[in-house]
Amino acid sequence: MQSQPSYALRVEGLRKFYGDVRAVDGVDVAVPPGECFGLLGPNGAGKTTTIEVCEGLLVPDAGVVELLGLRWDRDEQALRERLGIQLQETQLAEKLTVEETVRLFRSFYKRGREVDDVIHVVQLDEKRDARVGKLSGGQKQRLALACAIVGDPDLIFLDEPTTGLDPQSRRQLWDLITEFKRLGRTIILTTHYMDEAEILCDRVAIVDHGKVIALGTPFQLIASLGAEHVVKFALAPGTAAIDEATLRSLDGVRVARAIAGEYELQVGALHRTVPALLAFLAERRFELAQLTTHSATLEDVFVSLTGRQLRDD
Amino acid sequence: MTEQRADNPLVQLVLVRFREYVREPEALFWSFGFPILLAIGLGIAFRSKPPDVAHVAVVTGDARSDAFTEALKHDHGLAVEALPRDSARTALRTGRVAVVITPGGNGGVEYEYDDTRPDARTAKLLANDALQRGRGRQDVLGASDRFVREAGSRYIDFVVPGLLGMTIMGGGIWGLGFSIVDQRRKRLLKRLVATPMSRAQYLASYVVSRLVLLTIEAVVLIGASVLLFKIPMRSSGLSIAAIVVISALAFGGLGLLIASRSQTIEGVSGLMNLCMLPMWVLSGVFFSSENFPRVVQPFIKALPLTATNDALRASMLRGVPFTALWPQLGVLALWMTICFAIALKIFRWR
Repeated sequence: MQSQPSYALRVEGLRKFYGDVRAVDGVDVAVPPGECFGLLGPNGAGKTTTIEVCEGLLVPDAGVVELLGLRWDRDEQALRERLGIQLQETQLAEKLTVEETVRLFRSFYKRGREVDDVIHVVQLDEKRDARVGKLSGGQKQRLALACAIVGDPDLIFLDEPTTGLDPQSRRQLWDLITEFKRLGRTIILTTHYMDEAEILCDRVAIVDHGKVIALGTPFQLIASLGAEHVVKFALAPGTAAIDEATLRSLDGVRVARAIAGEYELQVGALHRTVPALLAFLAERRFELAQLTTHSATLEDVFVSLTGRQLRDD
Repeated sequence: MTEQRADNPLVQLVLVRFREYVREPEALFWSFGFPILLAIGLGIAFRSKPPDVAHVAVVTGDARSDAFTEALKHDHGLAVEALPRDSARTALRTGRVAVVITPGGNGGVEYEYDDTRPDARTAKLLANDALQRGRGRQDVLGASDRFVREAGSRYIDFVVPGLLGMTIMGGGIWGLGFSIVDQRRKRLLKRLVATPMSRAQYLASYVVSRLVLLTIEAVVLIGASVLLFKIPMRSSGLSIAAIVVISALAFGGLGLLIASRSQTIEGVSGLMNLCMLPMWVLSGVFFSSENFPRVVQPFIKALPLTATNDALRASMLRGVPFTALWPQLGVLALWMTICFAIALKIFRWR
């Protein structure tokens, strides 16, 4: 048994520029073995560039990348044998069957898992002889996952594993990823779904404009807001605007913000703030068009840090 | 749970190539059906026929017109009709007759024809011969004819090696170009590079699969030509196979080079056409490249398809031994080496 390095992945001062675009601008990350680590951020934040540098597919302009105690410039072949990679938007050969595809990928690794076993794990037994071109989006994504784990990797990279999938397929993939976590494998994943990061990741780095703007467990990050709930409301059309300072003076409000005609309040206790808000609006004769509340999420952390929504759709 | 490797990666990669190929019915047609259909079409168009009859017209209205017509009818190579002057001129203009014959002054004769048309000149010579003999000319030199219509010198014999060369070129360039660029476009290439896959084996899988498929294509095309058109085979199968293999490697290298950077199908299609079109025209597929001016001949001879076609024709039709084909084989080996070397250097793996 070789000595276990203290980090499965260590990234220091990573930079990658494309002309004037600073895709990755000084990222530091250290992931201990067995952790599921998430890079969360909007599209174009630099998540994919960061992960592809870690995967040895892009050469960084500056910085150190160390995986399992190895480096790309010295140990490429050894690293390739020990990594499992799923890229964003890879289209596997459509004319091959599921089994042929997994067998092909299996043949590249000296050591790995049995083809049948892997197909079973990703629940594609019934599709074993189906052409890849005939699979649904979720099935294709599970096949991509099968190709990523067929070498029995110590470190798995998943780049947006559930983007574009329906809720049921997403949940199915979450179960599979949770299963790898249970086996003690290190997983690095990128996502722009905050619920995905909250459910799967032990720790999350929130990435924006090529920089890590927050790092911690989902619980820590949400707790850092100092507010457990978020109240959102909109006023009937034609109503005058309310300024943020006025809202902040309401009972229990920690942060108040107006975004695109909507108001968002981060609050400690709903039972104090909501009656106060309603009383305030009634006094000014403002009519509500909409009022919702939810428990604070990573999305709110992102909004609080950047003033923008995580997803602009 | 972890176990040793059971399947050889090169075998798996080659199997992928075959599977993708046979699961694409169009590809099967273009590599097998199309060359054979083309050979059949050309075979029918240029089948061996009895010698053409030359059509001539004699202008009526002269005392000697009938005698001329009679004399010309003695030659079986001529079809004669007597026409008034205007109709005869019209027939000449529309190409229905090749020569208009008018009894001229001083007991002579006048021939009207287009001297740039070989068939018109032949018809004029035949007609003149027939008329002179009719008037009692004796040949000074005793002459006799022996007709030779041998397999090997017909158009179909010329075109089949050309079609084989075209198939080898198409297979190498299309077979590698589209497949590799398609994989790059779909980011499958990048995904493969993210595994411990050997890049040399990835490229070797293309070479191996092309050679196997080409062997089948060549056997089918040559077999069909021998059966249908009695194309001669004047060299051993082994030396023809060797020419085919070296050509396949040269065009495989060219295909790899063409596909080495392109990221779109449109881009690579343009490059492939740019490479293949000059060779379709210049390299003597359908007509001899000797028709082009002498100054461009060295350039034409340096094209890989010219080398392939010349070597195949010399070997199949004239039985030239393999070792005597070193200039063509050298050209092909040079193309192969240069293309592979550059392609491997500039190949875009992601």
